Amino acid sequence: MYVAVKGGERAIANAHRLLEHERRGDRSVPEIGTAQIEQQLSLAVDRVMSEGSLYDRALAALAIKQARGDLIEAIFLIRAYRTTLPRFGFSVPLDTAAMAIRRRISSTYKDLPGGQVLGPTFDYTHRLLDFALAAEGEPEAPATAPVDTELRFPRVTDLIAEDDLIERNPPADPAGPVGDLTREPLAFPAERDLRLQNLARGDEGFLLALGYSTQRGYGRNHPFVGEIRMGEVEVEFEIPELGITVSLGAVTLTECQMVNQFKGSLTEPAKFTRGYGLSFGHCERRAMSMSLVDRALRADELGEERTSPAQDEEFVLSHSDNIQATGFVEHLKLPHYVDFQAELALLRQMRREHEARQNTYPEAAE
Amino acid sequence: MNPLLVAEGLSKFYGARIGCRDVRFALEPGEVLAIVGESGSGKTTLLNLLSGQLAPDSGAVRYRLRDGRTKNLLDLSEAERRLLARTDWGFVHQDARNGLRMGVSAGGNIGERLMGVGDRHYGRIRENAMAWLGRVEIDTGRIDDKPTQFSGGMRQRLQIARNLVTHPRLVFMDEPTGGLDVSVQARLLDLIRGLVADLGLAVVLVTHDLAVARLLSHRILVMKDGHVIEAGLTDRVLDDPQEAYTQLLVSSVLAA
Amino acid sequence: MSRTAENYRGYNFAYLDEQTKRMIRRAILKAIAIPGYQVPFASREMPMPYGWGTGGVQVTAAILGPSDVLKVIDQGADDTTNAVSIRQFFEKTAGVETTTETGKASVIQTRHRIPEAKLQANQVLVYQVPIPEPLRFLEPRETETRTLHALAEYGLMHVRLYEDIAQHGHIAKTYAYPVLVADRYVMDPSPIPKFDNPKMHESAALQLFGAGREKRIYAVPPHTKVVSLDFEDHPFEATKFEQPCALCGAKDSYLDEVITDDRGGRMFVCSDTHHCETRRCEGHLGPLGMPVTEAAE
Repeated sequence: MYVAVKGGERAIANAHRLLEHERRGDRSVPEIGTAQIEQQLSLAVDRVMSEGSLYDRALAALAIKQARGDLIEAIFLIRAYRTTLPRFGFSVPLDTAAMAIRRRISSTYKDLPGGQVLGPTFDYTHRLLDFALAAEGEPEAPATAPVDTELRFPRVTDLIAEDDLIERNPPADPAGPVGDLTREPLAFPAERDLRLQNLARGDEGFLLALGYSTQRGYGRNHPFVGEIRMGEVEVEFEIPELGITVSLGAVTLTECQMVNQFKGSLTEPAKFTRGYGLSFGHCERRAMSMSLVDRALRADELGEERTSPAQDEEFVLSHSDNIQATGFVEHLKLPHYVDFQAELALLRQMRREHEARQNTYPEAAE
Repeated sequence: MNPLLVAEGLSKFYGARIGCRDVRFALEPGEVLAIVGESGSGKTTLLNLLSGQLAPDSGAVRYRLRDGRTKNLLDLSEAERRLLARTDWGFVHQDARNGLRMGVSAGGNIGERLMGVGDRHYGRIRENAMAWLGRVEIDTGRIDDKPTQFSGGMRQRLQIARNLVTHPRLVFMDEPTGGLDVSVQARLLDLIRGLVADLGLAVVLVTHDLAVARLLSHRILVMKDGHVIEAGLTDRVLDDPQEAYTQLLVSSVLAA
Repeated sequence: MSRTAENYRGYNFAYLDEQTKRMIRRAILKAIAIPGYQVPFASREMPMPYGWGTGGVQVTAAILGPSDVLKVIDQGADDTTNAVSIRQFFEKTAGVETTTETGKASVIQTRHRIPEAKLQANQVLVYQVPIPEPLRFLEPRETETRTLHALAEYGLMHVRLYEDIAQHGHIAKTYAYPVLVADRYVMDPSPIPKFDNPKMHESAALQLFGAGREKRIYAVPPHTKVVSLDFEDHPFEATKFEQPCALCGAKDSYLDEVITDDRGGRMFVCSDTHHCETRRCEGHLGPLGMPVTEAAE
């Protein structure tokens, strides 16, 4: 006997119950706490905050737990939460030159004011599984040094700019509108502020692949890491009614300033150009990839031929968002019975017609 | 008679569909041959077979090299074929983007073939490029501009200069005036006619435009469904077409 | 023993297993037999990221013997982070003697520089290579660049140089400056400054190039002709510096710019740290240098 498939309310409820059960795993193993995620899976938290476009470590940790470690699913949860929040206004532009530095490196100068600060980096670890870690055990306390309050960390791009060797950043326009693609639909061609916003919340893997493609010749622009800096930056908010600026606290940021291929001609002096990347938390790969793609997307502005995917604004900005992407790819799981039935009918008809032609003109198939 | 290029029974099939079938003709040095027909008639397939970009299912293309030997294109090595293509032959594409490096200056575009055959003197390459720009009526002051900054007509003229710089003996042209305004077309056709006569170029010209064929070619092949249905001197074929299909083509132009 | 050193127990001499080393050595032999030709090899995953010298590390691992003396430099210096990391890697996995003295080393692994001191017949210089294909940025497709090399069709390379001269009045390539090896293959010398290009020509040392991510090995055998591409009327010129090294006063070495303050202060010092130190030991002194004995105190 055949029972037609129907509704499935109970099926869905049971699937959710099972999902929760699977999330919990073996109940004899202690349950993971969001504080543990926040502290010990901190780079996952940083990524979820960045692509979720919401700076809240506790919520990001909760999302990761709920999503069973599926970071795109966690980002989805954060985005869906973020969208319900009212927006009061914009902060004063952040001053990354005043960052409390935890890491700061330049690949363009061996030494520079403030020096190279390696900070917590995987860079020079040899990638060997640390089996001792499986057995747990406390790592050594970090090395410390006295705080030098005199120490300044001028931005490398500002140092290069002193010699007029790099293009100037466009002047600030405090009165100008601040674009926000989460409030206004994105239109092409997009201004650089919207492009940067789009990239800042774009999928890390997508940005990485595109950035990599520019290095391999698909839209090459000769990048140097002018500087990567990571640390805490104060967020300030201006209250126009009161005429005062209040501090809202500090956020951890990673900033990458890429210094790129000079542009110039017999009539125009050569200059380095810039690509910019910024991310919540410690997300160096994101910030670097973003700055490569930002620079690639400036092809038109800098008079370069657009030949490659990373230079194609519509292509990049339309496909960078992993929540949009995962939604649409995964929607293929939804029923498509009706469309498929229509295709089936057409296919059968075409085959019948082909057969009829074969019978009429057999020599055409010689 | 010592033909430059001979097509011997060229056939090409795409599955059951005919690309072209049993095409044969001989092209003399300095002769301009037009291949005309509607789209889908097989003229582009034939052009690709003649220029060695497509291998025939049967038949042969024999070409007399500069050293006097006549060779079947199929027997040439890849290296020989590519050398031939960038020295003794030229290709003028309908879409200049397929024939030019759009990210390279006009001078670099013209100079590429010279550098490809080993010229290593910048000043001489530039002089040569300058001379060719003048010859195709492009302001020599634009030698460092990229083709992206050129109009459609200028791009076609640049493409021609880029090809002729190595003094080829045979040029393949695929709808060289397609997509251009009528006045621009006329100027380009004049230029091509002048260069062909001055340099004694042999040309295989593919076009659907009978007016272009009349202006440039000595002889015509009319193609339909992959077959050559009529061939002869251009004036004869256009003034006194024998085949019903050719008559239709000619009258449709006159009517327009 | 530190936790990291502990983790290397159980690995073969110089990390790679012997079969892998044999495979790499076969590729190296082929590369030596066809100077400048890029030999594909089955590059392994290494415990450092791609782009950080995995190609050079594999080549070094394949040729290293217990009696070798290894020097590792990055940007010419022995003390740059990546050089330190790679040197430690071989100290732990091969236990070979390491040195910063150019003359003492039998194998020198380098990123972006050739030492200033002239290399000798018993030395091997191993370059870390990010992009081995000199035509890559003119033609991104591997299938096409392979054909261009096979047919020695290098006109496109000169088009790029022509464009530089037309646009800037001179060739604007300052590093990874392409060379023609043994009159046959155009080769990317890795991103060394063009200042170093002349050192490759007729060098007494064997030069090996390893690209891990792109899975290629190539070589310049000793005493091989290496010519930087140019035009007859715009000949190749190595970079020259306007001032001597601030520390050792050298006038013929490659200099790094160091920013000394945020008020525009700059100084220029030898990028080859061992060269600079040797000169200072010999009593040479630049405008900002101090004698080695004092500096050590």
